[in-house]
Amino acid sequence: MNRLRRFFRTPEAIAGALILTLLVAMALAAPLLFPGDPQAIAGPALLPPFQDWSLPLGTDRLGRDVLAELFHGARTSLAVGLAAAAAALLIGAVVGTLAGFAGGLVDEVLMRVTDAFQTVPSFLLALAFVSIVGPSLGVVVVAIALGAWTGPARLARAEVLSIRERDYVAGARVIGMHPIAIAFREVLPNALPPVLALSSVIVAAAILTEAALSFLGLGDPNRVTWGGMIAEGRTVLRTAPFLSIAPGVALVLTVLGVYLAGEGVVESTAVRRSLS
Amino acid sequence: MTGALTLLRRRLVGSVFVLLIVIIGSFMLLEAAPGDAVDAYIVSTGGDAGMIELLRHRWGLDQSELTRLANYLWALLHLDLGQSVTFSRPIRDIILERLPTTLILMGSATALSFGLGSALGIYAGARPGSFRDRFLSIGSLALYAVPGFWLGLVLIVVFAVDLRWLPIGGIETIASGKIGLARATDIAVHLVLPVSALGFIYLALYLRMMRAGMAEAWRQDFILAARARGLTRRRIVLAHVARNALLPLITMLGLQSAQMLGGSVVIESVFAVPGLGRLAQEAVAGRDTPLLLGIILVSAVLVILINLLVDLAYALLDPRVGAGEAGA
Repeated sequence: MNRLRRFFRTPEAIAGALILTLLVAMALAAPLLFPGDPQAIAGPALLPPFQDWSLPLGTDRLGRDVLAELFHGARTSLAVGLAAAAAALLIGAVVGTLAGFAGGLVDEVLMRVTDAFQTVPSFLLALAFVSIVGPSLGVVVVAIALGAWTGPARLARAEVLSIRERDYVAGARVIGMHPIAIAFREVLPNALPPVLALSSVIVAAAILTEAALSFLGLGDPNRVTWGGMIAEGRTVLRTAPFLSIAPGVALVLTVLGVYLAGEGVVESTAVRRSLS
Repeated sequence: MTGALTLLRRRLVGSVFVLLIVIIGSFMLLEAAPGDAVDAYIVSTGGDAGMIELLRHRWGLDQSELTRLANYLWALLHLDLGQSVTFSRPIRDIILERLPTTLILMGSATALSFGLGSALGIYAGARPGSFRDRFLSIGSLALYAVPGFWLGLVLIVVFAVDLRWLPIGGIETIASGKIGLARATDIAVHLVLPVSALGFIYLALYLRMMRAGMAEAWRQDFILAARARGLTRRRIVLAHVARNALLPLITMLGLQSAQMLGGSVVIESVFAVPGLGRLAQEAVAGRDTPLLLGIILVSAVLVILINLLVDLAYALLDPRVGAGEAGA
């Protein structure tokens, strides 16, 4: 309760929480409010918004309901963003813990691999991965995670390096715990909080990367994505700019909500103080 | 100076390993891709099973994976990136053709985001907690939440379609016959929108970093000392607070180069700028995996070079860095 009150102290955090709540509600309500295929034709093509109340935001070039597409797009964006960030944090935490705890050659090799992943532009890597394996939701998630795990890995390693010399780790060694068990049961849980503080930035970046991939036509073709909607609207940019602007506004609000809420969480917990 | 050289040598050795990992990784991706160079060649020229067999043998594709990796490395050592499927030309030549455009775009966008971002960061960080600080912090966060390709489209709608101030895309007016300064101006006009779209996104990063660094610096003792000496506020802000917050931004410049290369893919696609990024998109559209991996390798080399330059600049600007490395 106390933590909740601390979270809602700043107007930014409140705004972020509101946006995210609305978004999750949209994503959950999409199949209820707009049952059926959002990619099906619902009315005349290029119906302007606010004309017909059964299609409040009008239709796109092929006559699909824009509002239904926006709702279903929220599902894709959130699902990909959260899954990719979770995967990136998991890979990063494991690699960072192994590197920091094992030290020596293992550390050296793992960190050079991390360097290599940071050297290749992550968007190009995702582009290559999706185009080689083929676009589907799972592949897009893996492709984004491939470029996003390096930050968490470095942070986890740094934390582990400072934790592994503590007394309770020495204690665990003395009672004969297996090094792997020490690394993942004693050290990792304590190294995790600052790494988790990165999660809002990673979720936000993942949502933006997914949008850019779908914009270039590399999203899952069976799902509505905001990036795909923008690409679709681009063909009629001169006559119906609304079709590319609306999903873009949804994207900006989503990512901003994630940032704001993330800052609120970091500020309301003691993480920031322990970092500095 | 010797410290900087030691640093450079150490980084160079590390870079070779990193590049080797990137090459092995891209070789693995190449192997995972369906079809090989012979399939691609046969599609464009035609040929029977015997011909395919012969070509596989001649190009060494019927050998073990390790031998092929060795061949791949050997070719790369001779700066041979292979043959593009879609363009039917050496990949190296295509990339070299497209590289300058991307470098101009990236360079200008970096200058814009770094210059404007740090200036606004100084403005915000001069008075931490003030209204303008809060406004710029929230505003930059909102800007950072904007997808680059969408910002590009919005800029096109406003400045190219509605106002008709600037061209909608491309790098220069086609077949205009312009040369010299007229041509340079033409290219600059074409680059205004793409550079803005790419630069404004990353501006937020420098602004926030500058601001955070300054907020940190204000609490240091030497600021108190500067105040006690009776320096003007302007001088304290610029010569002491901002100056101390500036160094981490230079490191960021190197770290951001990879991000910006990635961002240029979508921006170049939106504005039809014939650079490396658009080439990557064309490679994806044409299922040209060797070309795509060639672009990735060149990007990695580019990022490594930029980071070496940044490290060197850092070592020259901050004497502590080189000295520490030399002593270690």
